[in-house]
Amino acid sequence: MGFLEKVLQLDDVIGQLECAEHLEELQSVIEWLRDHYAVDDMVYHWVSSNGTQYGCGTYDPAWVQRYLEKGYLRIDPVVLGCYQRFHPVDWKRLDWSGKAARAFLNDAVAHGVGNQGYSIPIRGPNGQFALFTVSHSCDDAEWESFTEIHRRDLILLAHYFNQTALKLEPGRTPEPTQPLSPREVETMTLLAVGYSRAQVAETLSISEHTLRVYIESARFKLGAMNTTHAVARAIARGQIVV
Amino acid sequence: MIRYVYGDQLAKFPHLARTMFEDRADQFRTRLGWDVSVDAEGQERDDYDDLNPLYVIWETASGVHGGSMRFLPTTGRTMVNDHFVNLTHGVPFQSPLIWECTRFCLSRNTEAGTAAALMLAGGEIMQGFGIRHFVGVFDARMVRIYTRIGAAPEVLGSQGEGRQAISVGLWEFSEAAQKQVSRVAGVPLAASRSWFDAAFGTDVPQPFISAA
Repeated sequence: MGFLEKVLQLDDVIGQLECAEHLEELQSVIEWLRDHYAVDDMVYHWVSSNGTQYGCGTYDPAWVQRYLEKGYLRIDPVVLGCYQRFHPVDWKRLDWSGKAARAFLNDAVAHGVGNQGYSIPIRGPNGQFALFTVSHSCDDAEWESFTEIHRRDLILLAHYFNQTALKLEPGRTPEPTQPLSPREVETMTLLAVGYSRAQVAETLSISEHTLRVYIESARFKLGAMNTTHAVARAIARGQIVV
Repeated sequence: MIRYVYGDQLAKFPHLARTMFEDRADQFRTRLGWDVSVDAEGQERDDYDDLNPLYVIWETASGVHGGSMRFLPTTGRTMVNDHFVNLTHGVPFQSPLIWECTRFCLSRNTEAGTAAALMLAGGEIMQGFGIRHFVGVFDARMVRIYTRIGAAPEVLGSQGEGRQAISVGLWEFSEAAQKQVSRVAGVPLAASRSWFDAAFGTDVPQPFISAA
């Protein structure tokens, strides 16, 4: 790496994800994120209603091939446990008791899939369904501490991957960027000029609790991972002028 | 006990589901006089019931519906964004970390502590799934009940008069509130957690590879 070359930050990579125009870009983003979070694997997996699958991720290609050949989609407890749901799932909480599920698990482990996993289901428009998964090999305590720290980041990432994947779907007209409401514009503008949260709340005559919800919602609309990033995105997109 | 049931799982609890939709008709049409759809069987349903929401239901000792509420993530269609942005200062809430809570309903005949048990379950969802905020649509008279049980929402706004008054409010998780609500509900935190685990699975210690 050159001396002056910019070290990529999480925010830059999320920006790349949003602007991606090809699936290969999603692949390089997910590899970067896998390394960033220091986990064995990270996978985005879209299952359409007619059963076609599509995605990107870091599993061994031999395992992906095997998964498709064996039709594991119909057996995989992660897919079965997440389909039609909208809450995140730790693999430990799924039902692995059936014979087919156990055989599947053994095959997965034999192909290097970790013993721990956390999967986030995503409900897109018109019945679209996708899953975002991180998996790793470690003990329970380490995994619990990892998911406790990162689960909200992962939930946001899951949705950002899905938004880009929807945009790249052939024949689909991209959805316009979600505009911020006037109140959100005020909120982000005041944060951008350096007001503290307490000052913003006071200026807008709302509680800090309400302000937290505004910021949470604006953060998602701006495709950001944190408030600082959200402010930068709002400026870059021209949604606020400072 | 509390049950957590997605819409497509209601068929597994036919009695509970039927009495929930009947109690909703009783609360929202008969008692509050709201303009809601009640079918020939006397059950109240709306468009959001078709979106496979997550219902949180208090099942009474006799096995019927005692109270319930309904959750949807704000990344999809929600009642608050479709109908009540005038009460949120024009801000449509949208985030996988903000869920909407609607159709909070209490049966006429339910046990004391039902409302608190439901709020306790809301806390389990926030803790269990990493949800930061709930935005609720509820009949304005509920504010008194929420406050009494120690789970007062931040009310953003209200519209309508008397029984027809509707409010939009926000909740976030607090350890202290969760303990207080547990006391009022008469439900120990461990029991509440065990109901959550019964619905969403218990942590099985790893490596589960030994299951082979």
